Amino acid sequence: MSFKSEFSKGIINENPTFRMLLGMCPTLATSLAISNGIGMGLAATFVLVGSNVIISALRKVTPEKIRIPIFVVVIATFVTTVDLIMAAFLPGLHEVLGIFIPLIVVNCIIFARAEAFAFQHGIMDSLADGLGMGLGWTLALCGLSAIRELLGTGTILAIPDFGFAGIRIFDQSLAAVMVILPPGGFITLGLLIGLLNWVASRNKKRAQEG
Amino acid sequence: MEGSGFIVSSSPHQHTTVSTPMIMSDVILALMPACFAGVWFFGLPALGMMAVCVGSAVITEAALTKICGKPVTVRDYSAAVTGLLLALVVPPDLPLWAGAIGSIFSIAIAKFTFGGLGQNIFNPALIGRAFLLASWPVFMTRWRWPVHEAAWIPKFDALTTATPLVLMKYMNIKAPYAELFIGRIAGSIGETSAFAILLGAAYLIYRGHIGLRIPLSFIGTVAVLTALFGQDPLFHILAGGLLLGAFFMATDYVTSPVTPRGQIVYGVGCGVLVALIRLYGGYPEGVCYAILIMNAATALLERYTIPRKFGEVKRVA
Repeated sequence: MSFKSEFSKGIINENPTFRMLLGMCPTLATSLAISNGIGMGLAATFVLVGSNVIISALRKVTPEKIRIPIFVVVIATFVTTVDLIMAAFLPGLHEVLGIFIPLIVVNCIIFARAEAFAFQHGIMDSLADGLGMGLGWTLALCGLSAIRELLGTGTILAIPDFGFAGIRIFDQSLAAVMVILPPGGFITLGLLIGLLNWVASRNKKRAQEG
Repeated sequence: MEGSGFIVSSSPHQHTTVSTPMIMSDVILALMPACFAGVWFFGLPALGMMAVCVGSAVITEAALTKICGKPVTVRDYSAAVTGLLLALVVPPDLPLWAGAIGSIFSIAIAKFTFGGLGQNIFNPALIGRAFLLASWPVFMTRWRWPVHEAAWIPKFDALTTATPLVLMKYMNIKAPYAELFIGRIAGSIGETSAFAILLGAAYLIYRGHIGLRIPLSFIGTVAVLTALFGQDPLFHILAGGLLLGAFFMATDYVTSPVTPRGQIVYGVGCGVLVALIRLYGGYPEGVCYAILIMNAATALLERYTIPRKFGEVKRVA
């Protein structure tokens, strides 16, 4: 596997949200606005890349039996870094994402990649994997939160940290409040997964026929 | 066996003449008095809402069956019934586009994602209503006067008012029985007239399409519980969506238990939930949520209430 294919698999074919259904809890909880999605996704990408590289570098000297506590220590280091940086420079976003930033420590995407990939692969491959998975998650969050922000509030691209209220597409009173509530999150996510599966199976069928 | 004139097939051998299109068209017929009452009391907007809801439900069903490559099931009228029921449980002044979205949601999400007619866990029309209430609470709680004036009620402003259950819960004003029975009260399009609903229900019972176990245990439980808690049981039966829900929604074949004991537990469960929501809940009315919650329990109720087969011996524990 080359750097490029390790990177690109996380975007579509093994997308953590739509394909592996990992990290559902933060996905549903933070996909309320595009700015949240980007913030959460990039924070997790940073942690994922950092932890993948360190875990991969330490894999030869890590005793098998205590690898999980070692993963936790490595991941928690990066999460604390992100947490403090975000609190300092993007306090608004930090407040919105709240508990979900510290909870990146136990995010199953990061654990899954550490356990299933970084612990068995080289540093460059792990870097590519972390980057691809992180961006794949960020894209998934952006897609999900774009739909929910638009339908649920009537605006798009609101960035409270920069004092930008977003572009109003339709009036607030017409917005479907349920879309930004938890059930709306589940339904939107389910429909997106279904849509992508349908597209993927159609492409596969076409490739077989053609 | 070919050519011998006999066809060998597996059971069942006796077929009924009752078919889904027949039941569904009977349900539509049974809803006609309530529809008529809705148009009578709330004017042409009510008729528009029914047309929009039925139309968008039927179109959604036709489009989805076509896209999914399933047999087109529009002709069994089930989508039309869903649309009509949804129109009857929304306020008369709900914008038409919201009615259309609710209908599409009912068919596409509540019915089709589960696999179409007969597969849905929850009553599609009630899911549509719950979705509309969660999405546009302002539109869904804006009630209007019936076209005809009533003197017993304080007016808030020229157009909007509150339903009898709201008046009862927060202001302790009780609507007269006669008004509740005829339907000259504020409320959803098809729920106000107890008389019209009972007329339709009587037809369905006469035709044998619905049993009495679910509606009676449902309504009876509400009556007993509200009486126990010191409220007027007759008022609670006549006000709100209880009658419409008990006869037309809770009895939905797909989402209610088939076993006799299960049906009674289901009805009692609905009744307990309605009484709890009305007396202690945050909402003035709870029929929609009560039925939806009991829909979720249907499979479990059926499993625990399977009747003993003939010749089956009680298992020794």
